[in-house]
Amino acid sequence: MNLSLLIILPLITAIAVLLCKGFKQVRTVSLIGTSAQFIFSFVLLFAYWKERAAGNSSQFLFELNYTWFEPLKIHYHVGIDGISLSMILLTAFVVIAGVLVSWTQEVLNKEFFFLLLFLSAGAYGYFISLDLFTLFFFLELAVIPKFMLIGIWGSGKKEYSAMKLALMLMAGSALVFVGLLGLYFNTNMNGAHSFDLLEISKMHIDTSIQNVFFPFAFIGFGIFSALFPFHTWVPDGHSSAPTAASMFLAGISMKLGGYGCLRVATYLMPDAAHHYSPIIILLSTMAIIYGAFVTMMQKDLKYINAYSSVSHCGFVLLGIGMLTQTSINGAVMQMVSHGLMTALFFAAIGMIYSRTHTRLTKQLGGLLKVLPFISTVFVIAGLCSLGLPGFSGFVAEVTVFMGSWENPDLWYRLATILACASIVVTAVYILRAAGTAIMGPITNNHYNHLTDATWNERLAAGILVTGIVAIGIAPFWLYHLINPGTEYIIQHLGKALALK
Amino acid sequence: MGIDFLILLKQEWTVSIILFILLFIKVGSKEWKNESILNLINILLLLNVITGFFGYKDGILFNEMFKTNHLIVTEKNILSLGTYIIALQSYPWLKNNKHILEFYILLLSTLLGMFFMISAGNLLMFYLGLELSSIPLAALANFDLEKRKSSEAAFKFIISSAFSSGLLLFGISLVYGTTGTLTLSVLSEHLFSSPLQIFAFILLISGFGFKISAVPFHLWTADVYEGSPVTVTSYFSVVSKGSVIFVFVTVLYTAFKSYALTWYNILFVLSVLSMIIGNLFAIRQNNMKRFLAFSSIAQIGFILIGITGSTQSGSASVIYFVLIYTFSNLGAFGVVSLVSELSGRENMEDYKGFYKTNPMLSWVLAISLFSLAGIPPTAGFFGKFFLLMAGASQGNYLLITIAALNMVVSLYYYLKVVKAIFMDPNENPIKKLMISPSPKLALFICVSGIFLTGLISYVYEYIFSMSIGI
Repeated sequence: MNLSLLIILPLITAIAVLLCKGFKQVRTVSLIGTSAQFIFSFVLLFAYWKERAAGNSSQFLFELNYTWFEPLKIHYHVGIDGISLSMILLTAFVVIAGVLVSWTQEVLNKEFFFLLLFLSAGAYGYFISLDLFTLFFFLELAVIPKFMLIGIWGSGKKEYSAMKLALMLMAGSALVFVGLLGLYFNTNMNGAHSFDLLEISKMHIDTSIQNVFFPFAFIGFGIFSALFPFHTWVPDGHSSAPTAASMFLAGISMKLGGYGCLRVATYLMPDAAHHYSPIIILLSTMAIIYGAFVTMMQKDLKYINAYSSVSHCGFVLLGIGMLTQTSINGAVMQMVSHGLMTALFFAAIGMIYSRTHTRLTKQLGGLLKVLPFISTVFVIAGLCSLGLPGFSGFVAEVTVFMGSWENPDLWYRLATILACASIVVTAVYILRAAGTAIMGPITNNHYNHLTDATWNERLAAGILVTGIVAIGIAPFWLYHLINPGTEYIIQHLGKALALK
Repeated sequence: MGIDFLILLKQEWTVSIILFILLFIKVGSKEWKNESILNLINILLLLNVITGFFGYKDGILFNEMFKTNHLIVTEKNILSLGTYIIALQSYPWLKNNKHILEFYILLLSTLLGMFFMISAGNLLMFYLGLELSSIPLAALANFDLEKRKSSEAAFKFIISSAFSSGLLLFGISLVYGTTGTLTLSVLSEHLFSSPLQIFAFILLISGFGFKISAVPFHLWTADVYEGSPVTVTSYFSVVSKGSVIFVFVTVLYTAFKSYALTWYNILFVLSVLSMIIGNLFAIRQNNMKRFLAFSSIAQIGFILIGITGSTQSGSASVIYFVLIYTFSNLGAFGVVSLVSELSGRENMEDYKGFYKTNPMLSWVLAISLFSLAGIPPTAGFFGKFFLLMAGASQGNYLLITIAALNMVVSLYYYLKVVKAIFMDPNENPIKKLMISPSPKLALFICVSGIFLTGLISYVYEYIFSMSIGI
């Protein structure tokens, strides 16, 4: 398995899109390209299982390691473990669904699909990187396409949102940058320094140094993942973005942050992770509670989903901050689950908006009678969001809570209880939104003439629902995928604790 | 001597020969068409770039007045390349100008001066080269003879340039008075921290600060950039500044290496001021030329951070960044000069809706600005990353944090231009521009340079292998 294909496939598709003539060709090529990614990600999954079944127990599989900038010891080093593989699968699901829901995106279509594919190349590259330089490269690669997607094709106060998002994410990556340089110059490989994730994880970096650079890395990545109080780009960015970009932002982009917090900050600086754990818990609990309550007050469907994303991504950071194996497993599962669920949610909202031209819950009503398919999708996404058993949300959140409870500290237990309680608030806003917008009498006569989902929309929703249900009904496969990866992280954290 | 004399001075010879050809054409009786002269000059300058890559040889001439090595030849190649791109870009501007030959004679004299300045092994030689490179520049700044702003720019430049030269000369004379030598290679042995020597050193640094327009010596920059013709402005900001930076690195790393701690602190202050003030002023600019002027001041701040690295990777990252900066800044200036020449508009509002009418030019400008902002996959990302990495090797993370946050501020104003181009509606956008082949070629070189110099690591490794550290 050559992992570089994950970067090359979308790039080739993106270039092919530029060479296309006409809108139909553009979207067909994009769909073929993303289907190829989709198939390839499954091929990768089966190849991974095969390797593992054959007894290959090394931490990362399918590694490639080329020297890039020799004098600075920068390598192009890629490889995957279960955590990155689950993220790759998530990306493949969201990207193909994103292309399908943008099937009628005719304005500047070439640029739109080019940027979307470019963004996916960045996300894949990020998840497979084992070299911190490459990782940072792909992290920043994904910022500008988002700016363009929101600014050009967005709605509402799009320029403001695009600028806010780009600047906040860049500030995040600036902090990450300082953190990475701090790590780099405190590694010692026979006098030379290293950006290599595996090599750094084998060294012990001095605790006082970890304590200095951990906040840089964690807050930097945290901004991507809506860490309270740096979450303000999320609602504006998500609500102004076009549907596919919203799906991408909430589904994948926010996961870049969570993945970085786990893989770089926590894994490479375990001492500091213990040290700062209370602060992380505090901030993420605040994000969960605050996000849930703010969502209750929202009237716009996209804002509802955007603020609920703040709350749900809080679970990811909570799981990471708790530092037990179950909670970290839960955090990764929550990333996958939230990615699929929120992409589905935004897809459904996009479908509703393109028909009714409003996203305000007050103006909607009785959609189930005229748009049965789309309404069902909306309700499924909502139920997954509030954690109904049978969907992925339940599995992920329960794992996070169980893992958090394993931490015996009183304050941590209190945070867990508070986080659990937020589920009730989630139920309130989800059911209220579904109740007013989907159920009830038809409020507007014009809605009687609406047509239900087209084939592409059905396919997009179908793909995402399959993912959600597959995790919800049979979570063990995802668990077994993630667990070996988190085991290494826990070992590392345990070593750090023992040294203390 | 004989053959060495030719090979060691090869780039100086090529430029001088081109100068003589132009002079002969000028005094000759034959009437040349403007287009053919411009094409001839472009071909000659291309030859100048190509010959630079052959016949590398290290050596010393004229009693160590002149020295050359692989690194110096590469630095000169970067400057030749920049000059070639600028010559290609100035085609539409000069096409109807009566004084093409004068323009290029002045331009190439300054280039020759920079070559001697970079190769200087002696502070006197350095001063000679510097003057040769700055006096014709003032004439170039005044090349739009009808415009008042142009003469104002030239006047401001000549005054500030003379002042900084005065500071440099004062510093050089004090150095000579206290050490008895001006040869760079032996100077460091004679430098002790006597107050007079420190004073001389401060004067030298101020002189350099003027030339590279680091804050607080930057006040001339914006007015000069705004008043001069766009091509001259791009020459100022890329080639002229680049050459002084090359010398600055060599002088600090060889002659003043015993003062490393002193100049580290000075550069720290200068770079923080340059980044912050350059950025804050750039945000408020509306004229594209002034905007790029202030953004280039901020870029100088980043370059100074690279210089503080004072290792081999420090000087390598600075030279590498100047190469990338050449491509990115000339890409941006190329589009701005085309727009200003063909439509007469220079303000940021005029660029609203630019993408609807000129999609290709819009992408070139956007990519150049992304490279200046340091966004991957453009080369600017690698350049900035390595500069800050070199700076971080000294362990001063305060400086690195300030720089990283300044990159965010700078992204804001670069994105403001991108926003105007792609997102803002406009009733009356700039019309579709008809572009002649040579500026197209220039932009093509810039864009391919922006992508290739970064992603292909060979360029950096090559520069690194020749660089020096303390």
